[in-house]
Amino acid sequence: MKQVIHRKLGINILHLILIFLLTFSTTLSAQDGDAAAGKALFNANCASCHKLDKKMTGPALRNVETRLSEEEGLDRQWFYAWIKNSAGMIKSGDAYANKIYKEYNGTAMTAFPQLSNIDIDNILAYTAEPKKEKIPTPGPDGGTNVNPDSDTNSNGLILGALALLFALLAGALFLVNKTLRRFADEKGVVLTEKTKRTPIWKAFVENQFLVLVTAIFFLLASAYFVYGFFMQVGVNQGYEPVQEIHYSHRIHAGENGIDCKYCHSSARVSKHSGIPSLNICMNCHKSISEVAEGVQSEGIAEYGVDYNAEIKKLYTAVGWDDAEQKYTGVTKPVKWARIHNLPDFAYFNHSQHVSVAGVECQTCHGPVEEMEVMYQYAPLTMGWCINCHRETNVKVKDNDYYTKIHEQLSKKYGVEQLTAAQMGGLECGKCHY
Amino acid sequence: MSSNKKYWKSVEELKDSSIVETLKQNEFVNEIPTDEFLGDKETLEGSSTTRRDFLKYVGFSTAAASLAACEGPVIKSIPYVVQPDSIIPGVANYYATTIADGFDFASVLVKTREGRPIKIENNKLGATGTGANARVNASVLGLYDSLRVKSPMKGEAAISWPAFTSETTQKLNTIKGSGKQIVLLTQTYASPSTSKLISEFKEKYGNVNHVVYDAVSESAALDAFQAKYNERGLADYNFSLAATIVAFGADFLGDWQGGGFDSGYSQGRVPTKGKMSRHIQFESNMSLAGANADKRVPLTPSQQKLALAKLHSLIVGGSFSGNLPANIEKIVQDTASELSKAGSVGVVVTGIQDVNAQTVVLEINQKLNSKAFNPKKPIKTRQGNDKAVMTLVADMKAGKVGAVIMSGVNPLYTLPNASDFAEGLKNTELSVAFSMKADETALASQYIAAAPHYLESWGDVELKKGHFGLIQPTIRPLFDTKQFQEALLLWNDKDEKYSDYIKSLWNSDILGGASFNQALHDGSYISKYSGDVIEDTTEASSEENVETPSGNAARALAASAKAKGMELTLYTKVGMGDGQQANNPWLQEFPDPITRTSWDNYLTVSAADAKALELVNEHEATGALNGSYAEITVNGNKLTVPVIIQPGQAKGSVGLAFGYGKKAGLKEEMQTGVNAYALYQGFNNIQNVTVTKVSGVDLHEFACVQLQNTLMGRGDIIKETTLEIFNTKDKKEWNAVPMVSLNHEEVEVTSPDVDLWDEFDRSIGHHFNLSIDLNACTGCGACVIACHAENNVPVVGKEEIRRSRDMHWLRIDRYYSSEESFSADDAKKEGFDGLGIFSDNGSLDGFGELEIPSDNPQVAFQPVMCQHCNHAPCETVCPVAATSHGRQGQNHMAYNRCVGTRYCANNCPYKVRRFNWFLYSGNDEFDYFMNDDLGRMVINPDVTVRSRGVMEKCSMCIQKTQKTILDAKRDGRVIKDGEFQTACSSACSNGAMVFGDINDKESKVAKLLEDDRMYHLLESVGTKPNVQYHTKVRNT
Repeated sequence: MKQVIHRKLGINILHLILIFLLTFSTTLSAQDGDAAAGKALFNANCASCHKLDKKMTGPALRNVETRLSEEEGLDRQWFYAWIKNSAGMIKSGDAYANKIYKEYNGTAMTAFPQLSNIDIDNILAYTAEPKKEKIPTPGPDGGTNVNPDSDTNSNGLILGALALLFALLAGALFLVNKTLRRFADEKGVVLTEKTKRTPIWKAFVENQFLVLVTAIFFLLASAYFVYGFFMQVGVNQGYEPVQEIHYSHRIHAGENGIDCKYCHSSARVSKHSGIPSLNICMNCHKSISEVAEGVQSEGIAEYGVDYNAEIKKLYTAVGWDDAEQKYTGVTKPVKWARIHNLPDFAYFNHSQHVSVAGVECQTCHGPVEEMEVMYQYAPLTMGWCINCHRETNVKVKDNDYYTKIHEQLSKKYGVEQLTAAQMGGLECGKCHY
Repeated sequence: MSSNKKYWKSVEELKDSSIVETLKQNEFVNEIPTDEFLGDKETLEGSSTTRRDFLKYVGFSTAAASLAACEGPVIKSIPYVVQPDSIIPGVANYYATTIADGFDFASVLVKTREGRPIKIENNKLGATGTGANARVNASVLGLYDSLRVKSPMKGEAAISWPAFTSETTQKLNTIKGSGKQIVLLTQTYASPSTSKLISEFKEKYGNVNHVVYDAVSESAALDAFQAKYNERGLADYNFSLAATIVAFGADFLGDWQGGGFDSGYSQGRVPTKGKMSRHIQFESNMSLAGANADKRVPLTPSQQKLALAKLHSLIVGGSFSGNLPANIEKIVQDTASELSKAGSVGVVVTGIQDVNAQTVVLEINQKLNSKAFNPKKPIKTRQGNDKAVMTLVADMKAGKVGAVIMSGVNPLYTLPNASDFAEGLKNTELSVAFSMKADETALASQYIAAAPHYLESWGDVELKKGHFGLIQPTIRPLFDTKQFQEALLLWNDKDEKYSDYIKSLWNSDILGGASFNQALHDGSYISKYSGDVIEDTTEASSEENVETPSGNAARALAASAKAKGMELTLYTKVGMGDGQQANNPWLQEFPDPITRTSWDNYLTVSAADAKALELVNEHEATGALNGSYAEITVNGNKLTVPVIIQPGQAKGSVGLAFGYGKKAGLKEEMQTGVNAYALYQGFNNIQNVTVTKVSGVDLHEFACVQLQNTLMGRGDIIKETTLEIFNTKDKKEWNAVPMVSLNHEEVEVTSPDVDLWDEFDRSIGHHFNLSIDLNACTGCGACVIACHAENNVPVVGKEEIRRSRDMHWLRIDRYYSSEESFSADDAKKEGFDGLGIFSDNGSLDGFGELEIPSDNPQVAFQPVMCQHCNHAPCETVCPVAATSHGRQGQNHMAYNRCVGTRYCANNCPYKVRRFNWFLYSGNDEFDYFMNDDLGRMVINPDVTVRSRGVMEKCSMCIQKTQKTILDAKRDGRVIKDGEFQTACSSACSNGAMVFGDINDKESKVAKLLEDDRMYHLLESVGTKPNVQYHTKVRNT
């Protein structure tokens, strides 16, 4: 647990005193729990429906015990009973149990009979922890507050030092030269003047061979660049458009390790990989309305993105009222800028590559799990396709479709493993129709 | 050295003709429209922009444009907020539903992508055995029609549904109070729930009259059936059980009695165990059925009546009095003996709209005890009553009708006496039209109740007795629309959803305990229970009816067969039907299977009559067809129509199609043809008519895609044989592999010794083949539209079709014989003796004669798409390798690689490649479905929309084969036969097209490859196509 003691000593002492006083004033909560263990239990069992400071599927739980004891006069025994068997409590006609059941539209809380009283004590201890201030605390252990500019600053510093050094060297050389000349003057040494030669440009112009060679060189060079330019027309490798909602593949596919095909599920069965519909986002984001603090500050510092604001954009688009925890029905579909665009005359089928051939998504899309902003990794040119078809072996194992044709073709070509090209993957009509 | 010699360039110049002089002065006939380009002169002079400034601007804007072009646009993607469980972007969903627009009824499967219906397919679990025809396939485009009514309207102004409901309910109550009639004028719904709703409506509002109106009436057939079997319906026919089929003016492969008989017919047409059905057709217009017949007898309608009466007397008995030409009488006698011999496997049908004719046919079939004829489970999809409609018009005119509520009908367009109806409509206090379009009737009504498309609606249909179909929405309504049935619920003060209403009705009355969800999933439910009950009653009634004196009807029929002058037969085209889909560009551009003409209707006239009336068809140098105009008069109604000379048209008869000439609710481009309903006097499709040439006007410009009408004796294009030869002779006699000369020895063209190309090993993996059985193909064209929808084929418009720039990837060639049969053509060609300079029988004149179709030709259909040649001539000439061959046998076309040299199209012996002369998508010059956001919703996202300047062609639906392969790979399984399909093969309900993998030796298509009838188109060229054709066998 990161606790900053030095700067907020005063507040913390106050808190401690408060807790100290509370331990004496409320005898029932005398069995004080371990907040650290409570946090782990909270995250494992409660977090999918509860937040500390915000209403979600269930009510916000910060200081729930104090609140309920003050407002409803409920003790910890009530919590034990409620958490272990909420349905039973509602049936038994407990007044507050029925009230809260109604307030949340008859959504009963999952029963947790596996939690012991000590576990519940720990959880309650965690909920009783004071709210952490959001102001980033600078300090020796404020790991999240590394100055983002420090890297560039140190670079500037080194460069500046080097420049100074070179300037000093140049000055020294100039001084040495000046001194030497003075010595020479004093000693009467005559410095021989250079003889006049034909200027180099004139010599160059007079040498027809050189002119010819240079001309050819320049012509070839410009042809090379012109060719290079034209070959790039329509090739959008590296295309990295700004999207309406900043979606970080780095966080989702990288840090959280979500499978690509969880969201792009149609890649398994369809020609399109499919841009996920927003209801798929809501599978998780219904309960993740904010990112972790560290992630948030990292986003602002490194990428200039307020992730929480982006999640709000998602909620607007899908029509989710986060406060009320329900769909408003007012949607605003997202217009994504499409990154990978194949021309109309080229047919590409994801399922052929993903399901049949078992090609990793990264083979064509690059290190998506590291991309903060998605960009086009591959050139998507025909040459690029063809190369892969030439080099890649057809995955024939356990596929009855290939059994016969593979046996016949591998015998014909005298190879163990057939490439996609040998299977007919270079024929025009396989992709152009 | 000067000289006064003058060199003249032509004889005309020498003679100093004035024409030459004029032309010389006027080398550029059209002045270059500089004003249009630069603006008018005044503004130009008034402008302060100097020439140098102008050049600066041009320079700057060019540079800016080219720089800007390097920057890619930002493409936005908007995912769902909440993604529905059933929708995965990129994966198609299929829903079973039923089309029931009053003219077309079929169980269909709707393919949706990202919630958008994009294609109609056959529902194999459907309540009828019939497949979706061309119109049904095209109906999905009607959903995205930009001219749909977007909300309910009161006069010109849009109103809300609550306002509409309260206003109309109030008026209905007032009218109820006044005691005047309230009339519901509807299409045939054949819907149990709608019937119940209407009866509840009747209970509530008292004096309610429900009139069912079919634009193209089958009332006579219904009356005849009702009189005989006490039930309003049409007898069902299963032609697969018939060995001898005789038809009198019935296009039963087209829209006769609701259509959908072609798949059964095709089953019987494929020779199995040496047997196939024999089909004799008596008709005046050349119809699809006639084109497929083994023996076709062109007769005027009155002669047909006599022939039918004669046949009746020969089979059922009774006397016959009438004058038939001796040769016809002989044919009828032969037909009668064939039918008698066939007995219960014979069947007779007629399309003559005459109660007597229909009764006669019912009697003959009953007498034959025909297996193909089923009166026990009558078809319910036509219920219109002509008399009731006529009474209604009279009542309205007399002011007896207080309110008219119309749904699914457009009487102001389809009634012959539309002006009477318009007058009557003004006399009503309330007129409401449920319509998808602001059509003629809707515009004349007080309220337009915006109706949804059937793909947005709920509903149920009883297609045949006991065969029920369910209609379910496949997309949320695009506009603020309500169904007629929903409005009925509101008027009935029922606070219930129509879907719940259907469900409760089905659960209580129809399903008999079966699951509603299962029925909804299948799109249909075949009730065994109700069928059994009906069977008993009809059996009893039919037995009673056997004893009624026959022959009365036949006598009356013969007596009614009196013709004055020319006889006009009104018919419906496969592409346009009754005209309710006239704003559908796919259907407008769909070439009629017989005349191969799109974007028009026309008067079909026999060559002899045309000659007598001096009517002409001319070919322009550009390859376009022009024709004279004729004025036709029926009972004082005059119409000016363009003329097409139709081989096989009975002399003394003419034909004209319904469905054209519509003006309201259509884009200007779609306002084509003339309205034939104006001549539909007394709902009789046969009318006496006088035809005169309109002189002094330019010829009409047709958009015809095939001017070469005959095969010129080239029997290897459509190989044909007779059943007798097929059964008795060796394959070499009738389907020989072409021989070529190698070192002065005859070698089969398939031999590797004579091959220009190296052979590749294609035995590994899949090798796709498409097999087309010319016996099973009726030429219906469902595949053409299915291909159109699947592959985003653009519509180019009439002008471009005239320039032979049609884009259809799949065409169905139709050929006429020049002699009485194709084999006679072949024999004539083989018999040519030199050029004809020293003999009378030479090729110079002979080929000229072979270009002219016979008066009563044999007809053959041949669907032609890219043949996916293993040795493809197109691939070798492409300078940029944009077209190449895949291991799976498909000839690939990489649009992005194509630079548009068109060498491939020139080198293709099958002429199946199509060039994008323009950008057809998002181009105001081509204001069809691809020019608005709504219309583009029908585009298949798996297929590229081609741009200007590239070649395209049939891809053998590579997107579909690739998807099948991918699905199998994902599941890790072997692909079963039948899983591989192309758009055309899955649309073909006749079994004519079979697609599959020939490396799977057990597959159907691999077996078809080994079939004796199999041949390849232009095999002698040595291209080794992957499309097989199966020799046409005629039962002559």
